[in-house]
Amino acid sequence: MDHHTHSTAAPRELQMARSMCWHCQSEVAGEYFCDRCVKVQPVSKEVDYFTCMSLPRRLTIDQRQLETKFYELSRAFHPDFYQNKSTAEQTISLGNSALLNTAYRTLRDPIERAEYLIGLEAGSVKEIRNSPPADLFEEILELQDTLNEYRATDCTSETKSTVLAKLQAERELLEQRQRDMEAALQQLFIQWDRLQDRAEATDQARAERSRILKQMRENLSNRTYVKNIVSDLASTIG
Amino acid sequence: MVRIVGIDLGTTNSLVAYMADGHPHIVPGRNERTMVPSVVAMTDNGLIVGDPAREHLTRSPERTVYSVKRFMGKGLEDVQSELAYFPYQLTEQGGVIRIKLGEKTYSPPQISAMILKELKQRAEAHLGESITRAVITVPAYFNDSQRQATKDAGMIAGLDVLRIINEPTAASLAYGLQRKTQGTITVYDLGGGTFDISILKLKNGIFEVLATNGDTHLGGDDFDRQIADLFVREILEQQGLDLTAYPDHMQAVRLEAERTKIRLSDELKITATLDLPEGKGRYSRELTRDQLESLTRKLIERTLEPCRLALKDAALTSNDIDEVVLVGGSTRMPLVRQLVQALFGKEPHCELNPDEVVALGAAVQADILSGGTTDLLLLDVTPLSLGIETMGGVMSSLIRRNTTIPASAKEMFTTYVDGQTGVDIHILQGERELVKDNRSLARFRLKVPPLPAGVPRIEVTFLIDANGILNVSARDVRTGDTQSLAVKPSYGLKDDEVERMIGESYKFAADDLKARQLIEARTEADAILMATEKALKQGAHLVGEEDLSSIRTTITAVEAAKSGEDHKAIRAKMADLEKATHHLAEVLMDNSLKEALENKKLSEFSDV
Repeated sequence: MDHHTHSTAAPRELQMARSMCWHCQSEVAGEYFCDRCVKVQPVSKEVDYFTCMSLPRRLTIDQRQLETKFYELSRAFHPDFYQNKSTAEQTISLGNSALLNTAYRTLRDPIERAEYLIGLEAGSVKEIRNSPPADLFEEILELQDTLNEYRATDCTSETKSTVLAKLQAERELLEQRQRDMEAALQQLFIQWDRLQDRAEATDQARAERSRILKQMRENLSNRTYVKNIVSDLASTIG
Repeated sequence: MVRIVGIDLGTTNSLVAYMADGHPHIVPGRNERTMVPSVVAMTDNGLIVGDPAREHLTRSPERTVYSVKRFMGKGLEDVQSELAYFPYQLTEQGGVIRIKLGEKTYSPPQISAMILKELKQRAEAHLGESITRAVITVPAYFNDSQRQATKDAGMIAGLDVLRIINEPTAASLAYGLQRKTQGTITVYDLGGGTFDISILKLKNGIFEVLATNGDTHLGGDDFDRQIADLFVREILEQQGLDLTAYPDHMQAVRLEAERTKIRLSDELKITATLDLPEGKGRYSRELTRDQLESLTRKLIERTLEPCRLALKDAALTSNDIDEVVLVGGSTRMPLVRQLVQALFGKEPHCELNPDEVVALGAAVQADILSGGTTDLLLLDVTPLSLGIETMGGVMSSLIRRNTTIPASAKEMFTTYVDGQTGVDIHILQGERELVKDNRSLARFRLKVPPLPAGVPRIEVTFLIDANGILNVSARDVRTGDTQSLAVKPSYGLKDDEVERMIGESYKFAADDLKARQLIEARTEADAILMATEKALKQGAHLVGEEDLSSIRTTITAVEAAKSGEDHKAIRAKMADLEKATHHLAEVLMDNSLKEALENKKLSEFSDV
């Protein structure tokens, strides 16, 4: 019981500092609606997507819980339900819905979720890789050569089909690489979540944390690179 | 609570529906026909819409507009390849197609507005109340310009368009409401001019669209053309007669092709017949279902690729689809059903009338908006990626296709030159890499305070609302000031033009009323004049010269007024005439009474 009272009091204090109702100026204690005048409140820009969806900030999440929360908040915010309300409420409904949809889309996809979390933990992220990662250098160079050969050869010639078969094989190899990278990422996600669950404040934990972050970031950008190559390849050879 | 109706503004037919007792109902027309043909004809007595206009397709093809939906939100170059098929004249003005009818030109939203008005009046007559608010459906794959054009049409028709909703999703609402379905469904919607595929997840009253795809230029019209082309070719070969030189006969060919196609959904063999011009007699030809299918197979197969793409975007395979629903008149074709069944591996559902289900769903959505239905919620997506032009003519994507709407994206803009006061932004929609391969939506110029290069920071928010329509706003991050943007649509009517059309439409309505009143007054005046002539013949000898001369003067006055345009003047002179003939009428009445009595006496005698 004590524990319960304590845990509800803490976020309440936070929210007191956070906001007042735009409509009646009373303190907003409810999550998204003013307790007094029942008007919808804009979701604060400072709220991260995990908080918005009432999820712990982890890389492995309960998809069903995410979907349930998304549907619940959609019912609360969607413009369909604000047709007869004031312009101010309609604007808030539109903004909240758009934010909610972005939050859901980001958290639903494991890769986007990881990129977003890294951004939260370590500042802006998306490094765009223009050159192949070191261990792929040879493979990519060879692929470029085969692609050039493919483009240069005459449509009807027999060599074309040979080159095409070679490209198909390389594509399959790259797709396998992508799957391997995703599996490795999955392992990192689990390691990260475990570390966060332990919530240790030791130097060792801090070092481990930045190691995993760095590793994830690198793996993510390598994976994006490979994925783009694969989809380019797919659109070239069909 | 003001009633909101649901409208299916179709390529071939349009319908209006409303909600009552928790169920959607279609508004019936006169003689119980629920569909209003989407046809508008300019006649000598003004514009007519629907069934009567359809009669004019073969009578005055150059002044009868059909399939106007194909031109919504388009420029002339978009439809260059099919111009030859349309007997009416198309031009362009300000990036918007115009249709020439007699002396005047009309934009596609204006023509659509006439159809909407007809539906509005129909609903008003049926429900006995004024209708001012509506939900209108559009193909899911309609781009921003086409949606905006539809909204403009509603405004011109005097309707407050509360929502533009996608046709397949509307259908899913009607369908889901009736069957209480849960799970993943696919709506395959092949109409008169457009094709859509939508994949939805239905769970506890939430209808979440996972992916949508389509072709806004593929439908029943295209099948009709295949058949019509065959007829025209054969007539040329057999009779040496080129029907394309006869627009009225071309329309007859088109209608016969459509009729043949429709009948072949139920029968295996049909004889099509056509009267030929120049005393060439009749053309008659048997067409089998097999022949129809070989003529249309390629077109129907074109719908399969969008289906596969939608599945891919939804990260599903056909095995994951629990139910397939067919919508649109063209899904009555057996070959369509066969190919859909083959692709999804299950028999498609078609319990609800495929012509009516979209309008019924629009009525359900209207009821959600008015607060009547509270347990259902539709979460739709934007069908096309939205982006802006960047260096080198490349499109940079801001909101990806199949993103749940409302959706927003923010982009920061700055300057490259000291003192630069503006940044030009070009908004695009489409899936291609290069700007030129995508659809240009609009352009606008961002105002920037003159500062050293790179210092200004203007944040632009691109927001796609629940209608799938783009709204753009800008904010100076340094000052916090928001700026209003004059967004110039690439293929749409400008705001002031829409305003003018709304005004004109009221004026037309007034003109129409005036014309009708004039015709009525003239007809009544003719009747009175005839009656007076008759009375004069019978009883001129019974009244004085004074009466006679006043009657003659007022007759001349009525005739003069009748040749004028003022129905009130005609009615005023008619009243004068009635006064002048008062005495004559009385005398005649007395006379006929006397005669009647005398006749009666005679008859009494004869009875004995």
